[in-house]
Order: sequence, then structure tokens, then C-alpha cells
Amino acid sequence: MRAETTGPAPQLPEKHYLNATYGIRSWLLTTDHKRIALLYLASVTFFFFIGGFFAMMIRLHLLTPNGYLLTPDQYNRMFTMHGVTMVFFFLIPSIPAILGNFLIPIMIGAKDLAFPKINLLSWYIYILGGAFTLWSMINGGLDTGWTFYTPLSTIYSNSAVAPAVVGVFITGFSSILTGLNFLVTVHTMRAPGMTWFRLPLFVWAHYATSIVMILGTPVIAITLGLAAMERVFGLGFFNPAMGGDPILFQHLFWFYSHPAVYIMILPAMGVISELIPTFARKRLFGYHFVAAASLAIAVIGFVVWTHHMFLTGQSTYAAVAFSFLTFIVAIPSAIKTFNWTATLFGGSISFDTPMLYAFGFLGLFMIGGLTGLFLGALGVDINIHDTYFVVAHFHYIMVGGAVMGYLGGLHFWWPKITGRMYPEWLARIAAFILFIGFNFTFFPQFIVGIMGMPRRYHTYPPEFQIYNVMSTAGASILAVGYLLPMVYLTWAAFYGKVAGENPWPATGLEWKTQSPPLTENFEVTPVVTWEAYDFHNRPDLGLDVPSGKGSPGVVAPAHGDD
Amino acid sequence: MHRTGSLYGQFKTLEQQKDTATLGMWIFLVTEVMFFGGIMLAYTINRHTYFHAFAMGSNTLSLGLGGFNTVVLLASSFTMAMAVWSAQTSKKGLITLFLSLTILLGFVFFGVKYVEYAQKFHHHLVPGKNFDIFYCANNPAKCEDIDAADMAKEKEELEAAAKADPDLNAHAQLYYSAYFGMTGLHALHMVIGAGLLFWLLKESVAGKFNAEWNNPVDIVGLYWHFVDIVWIYLFPLLYLIDRHK
Amino acid sequence: MQSPLPTFPEQASNFAGNVDALFSFILMTTLFFAVLVTVLIIFAAFRFRRQSEKEVGDDVHGNNVLEVGWTLIPTIIAIGIFAWGAVIYVNYRIAPKDTLDIYLIGKQWMWKLQQPNGRKEINELHVPVNRNIKLIMGSEDVIHDFYVPAFRVKMDVVPGRYNTMWFRPTKTGKYHFFCSQYCGTNHAVMGGWVTVMEPAEYAAWLSGESGDVNPVSAGERLFTQFACNTCHLANGTGRAPSLNGVFGGNVLLADGSTVTADEGYIRESILQPKAKIVAGYQPVMPTFQGLITEEQILNLTAYIKSLQSQPVPAKGAGIAPASAGKK
Repeated sequence: MRAETTGPAPQLPEKHYLNATYGIRSWLLTTDHKRIALLYLASVTFFFFIGGFFAMMIRLHLLTPNGYLLTPDQYNRMFTMHGVTMVFFFLIPSIPAILGNFLIPIMIGAKDLAFPKINLLSWYIYILGGAFTLWSMINGGLDTGWTFYTPLSTIYSNSAVAPAVVGVFITGFSSILTGLNFLVTVHTMRAPGMTWFRLPLFVWAHYATSIVMILGTPVIAITLGLAAMERVFGLGFFNPAMGGDPILFQHLFWFYSHPAVYIMILPAMGVISELIPTFARKRLFGYHFVAAASLAIAVIGFVVWTHHMFLTGQSTYAAVAFSFLTFIVAIPSAIKTFNWTATLFGGSISFDTPMLYAFGFLGLFMIGGLTGLFLGALGVDINIHDTYFVVAHFHYIMVGGAVMGYLGGLHFWWPKITGRMYPEWLARIAAFILFIGFNFTFFPQFIVGIMGMPRRYHTYPPEFQIYNVMSTAGASILAVGYLLPMVYLTWAAFYGKVAGENPWPATGLEWKTQSPPLTENFEVTPVVTWEAYDFHNRPDLGLDVPSGKGSPGVVAPAHGDD
Repeated sequence: MHRTGSLYGQFKTLEQQKDTATLGMWIFLVTEVMFFGGIMLAYTINRHTYFHAFAMGSNTLSLGLGGFNTVVLLASSFTMAMAVWSAQTSKKGLITLFLSLTILLGFVFFGVKYVEYAQKFHHHLVPGKNFDIFYCANNPAKCEDIDAADMAKEKEELEAAAKADPDLNAHAQLYYSAYFGMTGLHALHMVIGAGLLFWLLKESVAGKFNAEWNNPVDIVGLYWHFVDIVWIYLFPLLYLIDRHK
Repeated sequence: MQSPLPTFPEQASNFAGNVDALFSFILMTTLFFAVLVTVLIIFAAFRFRRQSEKEVGDDVHGNNVLEVGWTLIPTIIAIGIFAWGAVIYVNYRIAPKDTLDIYLIGKQWMWKLQQPNGRKEINELHVPVNRNIKLIMGSEDVIHDFYVPAFRVKMDVVPGRYNTMWFRPTKTGKYHFFCSQYCGTNHAVMGGWVTVMEPAEYAAWLSGESGDVNPVSAGERLFTQFACNTCHLANGTGRAPSLNGVFGGNVLLADGSTVTADEGYIRESILQPKAKIVAGYQPVMPTFQGLITEEQILNLTAYIKSLQSQPVPAKGAGIAPASAGKK
């Protein structure tokens, strides 16, 4: 339920960022962070469907043990391209480049990011990287796995490795520049009164993400650069025949690619930290702990990479150390989950679509995260490494977690971005379809992994078939769940009910501007005197304060500045 | 269209604009450290494992040319710092002078690098099918640019190294992979730096920089110094392995 | 023995019981917390659902005691799980002294194994029960991985180095093994069987071979066992020509000559595959010299003879002149 203001229905504002200027050049040469966010929305969605197409091919092929749909080489290209597209062109950019770009300046009371032109450049770099990768696909695709392990990728693969590697290399710079932009913006562009501990946790999450982006992405760049040099020019760091070490590639690769998964999940956690307080109408429990946990995940995430390599024959001591650290990195995520749950107690909870996605996130991220404990435990990892258990684990976090967060955020901020509301009941149905489809797709994969089915298999022993069929059936439901929002969100952008400035209402600065916002976001730079998620000191929201329910726990004294 | 020295729309004061740009450049330099760090790691591991091959490879480089280039880059950092100072003290003519000198020194560096790379091509020391660390020792006529005394020394070193490492040629290729990878990456960054310097030169000639506004000179200076520091690492790592004999 | 956990493979090695026990422990712990949190969420969702349009929730900042509590308790449990896992792993990585050593080479896309007395196997591993077995493993090309679900063991096989793994089979029987590190086109078919036998049987097997009375069916088994079927696809779409209808016919070679596919040709193709290359095909067939006995060659020949009456594919046939061949 939303607190609707009594009176006439809201009207779309006369001037806003969408109608400020017209023409294709005003979009392709824009420096407005909001328009750039929409450019990303279009291109990221495009790549999502490409990655989804590959996923569909995989699941259709795996309906039968001796799949008849694809040849082995074709199947290997399918899962590789699915991984490359989804990781580098969907998951990593999605929330930061779309929601982060759109919201961060507004949330902190600024007119734009610190470097608007570099922001546009980031998008063009993304497009260029995407073009190279598409070129690789058109030229027969890539079959090395998204992990590009050597010497398969550098010497033995006969597929279009070089253009794909170049594409990913280029796209990395998009990520680096976005992270750089966010870090500097949060440091130097906050409105008066917007102290660090008044920032929305969405901003904290992106700050932590940006640290990972700028420290980690350059390493994948040099790694892929070296791999490309090896493939094209015969450099030999990873070639055993020349004394090189294939495992060095894995170390360099995972040094980035593990923190990369935190790039994918931290922004989603940031979204959840906005959704739950808004739809429970209660400030987030343990704000400081949640902010600190985001930073902890970012930092500790850099020292666990070898848990992808427990069985490469490396030092036993190193494996033990990295397993220990892997368990440590799980703790901040647990802390966040407990804090989100505690926020619900004593709240006033509504079940709007964004909140349904938040609930979905809580359940599915929890399963995904907990199954990480099985993999981090060395003794168990010996058995389930490189099986479908791993595939299920990371899809629970990536799809059940990150994509749920992304969709929840899209729905929550759609009225701010477009000025119009999406259709609520259709959206709830789509959320349920997604949740059900998702679980049917990926839960059977835990089981088949335990049974011994290795990943990246185009054919499998017949006893695994029932679970594969279940998984494919679930995937078809999941596909419907994805298509629905694409359709109705697009429809709503043009024909949805006009939303007004703050339809929920929510407490962030972005909800104190018109919907859609002006190009310069605010007519007058706001001066912030209130804390984040403080429903009790916001008469402008038009709610009934104080509430009548008793709450567990102690009410801490009001915080000072910073 | 925004021009240098004017306040961009997203900022409230020129001071904020300056602080933001400077912070941006520092963060960018951190990413560069991570970028070079990766190849430095590969270098370190391989040097430890194949010390003899790396020492051999290093000894085929010209200390003279490398040392000269080091001095050139250090001088260019000095002229760059002078350019920043000139901007801070509103000495328009000097800004232009020092920027030009920095660019000139940069091109001297490129020239020497070209000579070195050309030599490597000639001596079959580029990783790939034709790589052969023994090429000049076996074909002294083809490597006329090495004088007799140096050739004798090289043959001696090759013999010792080959005894210590039967797979010398393969492992020496790793050294040269590091050499071309690291110096190539460095040279690429210098080319970008030269481009930035040309832009600065144009702006300084147009009189854009003075005591009130000199931030672009400052942050390009940061970048240039960083590229210099990378070379200060590369020079000993690549040229000075086991040279104390 | 059957694993206490549902859908798990049977437990057939010394590690399996401990690994499954740890898995059970983690499962129970994580299930407990997952159920706890889920119940709390569902309870809160109902108990604190919005009653009126403009209602707000309570003004609660947090609770430091709770924060410390729900940080420490998961940490302690996590460290416990870590420690148990580490113990299993360290034990797994450090082989005991008294092992029966078997050499293993992975290559695209088959496994070559060698027993202590030199006897070689392809895609099969015979071991005695209740002995400590150590595998010393290398790769000829890319990274592979040797994985036996029933033993709960796996280890990567990396070019340029040797990796070792050990286990003690505790139950006789046949157990599937898989390649478990993506290695290219036929990664998924690069598997085989571990046969665990009583010591006496193993000894007997090691020194000789129990014959199969019918040479054609023996040959058919060998055709799969030696992985001939992964390249010589019957429908002609493989990397090697189909063998349907080949025996007795004329084969067009790459140098333009033809040869009759008789017993001698078959034997030469198996032992010196590069001697005669069929037109339109690459010389990629590995040699089986030293890997196959004369008796096995005879059985294979009998099987290939039996393929005379099989339908010859339009493309990719082994016999001239229709062998325009497929790359």
C-alpha cells in the first residue's frame, strides 16, 4: 500500500531530463548521468537476451543424455558464450551502470557525477568491447569456457579466442572508469549536510563495489592481455613447453574474477538495503554494521581467490589458508542477512513488487551463500569441485541474488526514472513466476552435482537425466518470468499511471525531486539535516508517526554528525 | 562547449573541480599500479624459477642505451615539474618551453627504444618461431653491431648459462616475453602521455594556465611522473640482472 | 556402502565416509540457519504487515549485543567446518608411504594408465581393494581432471608438472570416473571405469587376460575400451572415417593410391597409423603400439570384419571412391 496524497492525481512535470532536448545526437552525446543510465539499460538488456539465448540452447540440448541439438563443439561454444556475455556484459555493469549511474548523484544531492564525459566514454568503451565479443560470436564463437584456462585458450582452442579476449579486455576499462567516477563522486560531490553516515546504503554498497572495480579489473586486463599475446605472438608465460606455468594464469585470472563476483553482488545488496527499510517503513537495523560489512566484503574478497584452485596441485598450506579466509569472507554477508531480517521486526510491511523481490533475494541469496560453505570446506570441495553443485551455487547468488536485486531495484525506481508506475498485479505475478522458475531450474543442479555430474558436459550418464529435464522445465518458466517485466516495464514507461514525486513513500533524497527528475536533478541544492531511513523525522512523507507497535531491542541514542 | 579553466556544470567551485580531478588522477594511477603489477608478478615468478636464463637475457641488453634512457626520463620528469611550477607562477612562456622540452625528451626515449627493438628483431630475440638466444653466438657475421670483445663475453656467458639450464632457449624466451611485454606496455603509456602533453602545449600556448588555474598541468604531471617511476622499476629489473661481474 | 545421504553415490573409498559426514554436518548446520532465518522472515512478514495506509514501523537503530552475537557464533561454526575440511584435505594431499603407484596421462580426449608391472590401460583403471593406491598424473596437452565420485576424490592433471592423488578402495565393483576440468570438444566423453578387484583377482588380471570366447563381441568391447569409437563414428561425421563396409573394400589414400582393407591393413593402421592416411583425413590417430596385445588386435579385426554389412554413410565412408571425406 502506498501513502497516496489526498487530492487530484499527480501530473507529469512539464520539463524533465527526458524531454529537455530531443534528437539522437542529444542521446548519443549526452553527459547527463540519467540518460547514460538509460543507454546502459538498453545495451545491457540486449546482452542479457543474448546470454539468455545461449542459456536456452544449453538447457534444450541437455534434455537428453546424448543431446541431439548441438554438436560437442557447438555446445562448448554455447556455455562459454553464455558465461562471457552474462558475466562481463550483464552482471558486472547491470546495477552499477544503470541504477548506480542514475541514482548516486541524486542520492547525494549532486547535479551529476564527478566526470560526466568519462561516464559517457565508459558506455562507448562498453559498446566497443561488446562489438568485439559479438564479432567473436559471429566468427564461430569461443569454446574455452568463460574462464579462458591456459593452455587450452592460448594454444589448443580453434575458436575465435582473440576477438573475445580483446572484447573483454576493452570492456574492463568501462568498469574501471565507472568505479573511478563513483569513488571520486562520493568523496567530493556530496551536498551540504550529507555526511558519510547519512548516506544511503546503496551508496555505501557502490563505494565498496568501486574499490573492487578499480583494484581488481586492471589485473584481468593484464592477464587477458598476456593470454592474447601468447596466442597471437607466442609469448610464453603460461606455456609449459617454454617453461611457463598454466597455473600462473589461474592465479592472475582469479585474483580479479573472485572479487568480480563481489562486484556483482554488492550493488544488489545495496538495493536490498533500500527496499527493506522502505517497505517495512523502518530504518535499517544496524546501519553502521551493514556499511562496514560492505567494505569488509570488498577487502576480504581480495584474499580468497585460490579457493577456485584447491585441486590444481598447489601448496597444501596455501589451500588451508585460503579455505580459512573463504569462511571469513562469508561472515559479513551473514551479518547483513541478519540485519535485514531484524529490520522487519516492528516494521510496517507491505508486499509491493520490489519487496517481493527483496524477500526472494533473502531466501535465494541465503541458499547460494550457504552452499558456498560446502565448497569452501576443503574436504568436501574435493568431491564437488567442478560439478553441477558449483553451477547451482553461483547461479543462486548471481540470479537468485543479483538479478533479483536488479529487478527489485528497477521496479522500485521505475517511477522515478520514467515518472510512471508499472502495473502492480502483473508485476507480482511475474515475480512469483520468476521465483518458481528459478528454483526449478537450479535446485536440481545441486542434486545432480552431488551425484557426480561434472560441469561443462555436453553428454551425461542416463541416471542424471531426470534432474536435467526438471532443470530445463524450470528454465522455460524462468524465461517467461524475464520476458514479462521487459514487456510491461516498457509499456509502463509510456502508458503507466503517473507516479508523482514519492509514490511509496521512501526516504532517500532521490524521492524529493520530481519524477522524472530535471536534468540538473535539483532546482536548489538540498541541505541535508536528517538521517537515512528516518521515517520518524520526516513529516514531508505524510505518514502517521509514531507507530503503535512494540519493538524488540534497544533504541540507541541519536547519532551525531559523521 | 566547456573550455579549460571554466567551471563545469556539476561543480560548485573551481576548488571542488580541482580537488575532484586530482583525486580522479590519483585513483587512476592506483589502477595503473595494479595493471603493471600483474606482469611484474609474472616476471618475478619466472625470474626466480629461471634465473640463469633471465640473467643471460638481461646481459644481451645494452646498459649504455638503457642507462641513457633512464637519464632522459628523469630529465623529462624534471622539465615536467618545472612546467607545473611555471604554471603555478603564471610564467606563460616557460610553461610552453618546459612542456616542449618534456615532449622532446619523450621522443628521444622513443628513438632509443626503437634502436633497441630493431636490434632485437635483427638478433632473433623476439619471442616466437624465430627466437634463438644463440643466434648471434652462432652467426657473428650476421650480428656485426656486437664488437668482438662483447661477442666473446656473450659466448662465454651463453656457455655457462646453457650448462646451468639445458632448456636455456625456451626460458630465455620467457625473459624476452617479459622484456617486450613490460617495455611495450610502458612505451604505450608514454605515447598516451605524449598525446596529453601535446594537448597541454596547445592549451598553454593559448594562455589557459596561470596561478589561478593550472590543474590540468598538475594532473598530467602526475601521470608523467608515474610513467617515469615505472621505468625506474623496469630498468633494474630488466637491464641489471646479475651485472655485478 | 550406501551413503546415508540421499542421491549420493555409494561410498567406495577410505575418504568417502568422512567426506559425507562433513557434508552432513554442513548440511544440518546450514539447514538450521536457513530454516531459522526463513521462519523469522515469514513470521515477521505476517506479524508486522501493514495495518493502515500511513502506518510506519518502530524507530530502532540496532542492538550491539545482537550484532556481536550473530557475528561470533557463525564465525565459530565456520571455523569448525573449516578445520574439519582442512584435516580431510591435508590427509588427502599427503599420501602414505606404502602405496601401489599407478601412472596416468590425460590427453585430449582419453586417459592412458600404466600399472606397476608396465601393463597399460586406456580409459580403465584396475586396482586391488583395501590397498593404498597412488596415482601419479601428467597431461600431454591441456589441463584435465581425474574424478571418481564413488571415491569422493579428484585432482587436476596439469601439463608441465606431475600431480599426485591417493585413495584406498574399500569395496569391489565398477565405478565411473570422469574428466572434471573442461578440456575441449570431447571433455564429456573422456571418462571410463575404475574396477576394484579382490587382490588375487587383481594379481591374475595384472599378469594375463581372461579371454572372451566370441572374438567379435570381444572386439566390440575393445573398440569402445580403446576409444576407437570416439573418432571412427559409424555415421561418418567423426574425425576418422567410418568403418562400415570397409573390410575387404578399396581404401583411397591421401597420396592417391588405393589399398585393399585386409587383416594386414587393419593391423598396420592400429600399430602404425601414420603409414597410410585415408584421403581427406588428418594424420591424428594415435598409435597403439605397446598398448594392445596381438590377441586384442585379432578381436578388433574380427569386429571390423563384422561391420562389412553395415550401411556405408554417404559422406565419411572409409572406402573409395565415395570417401570424399569430411574434415
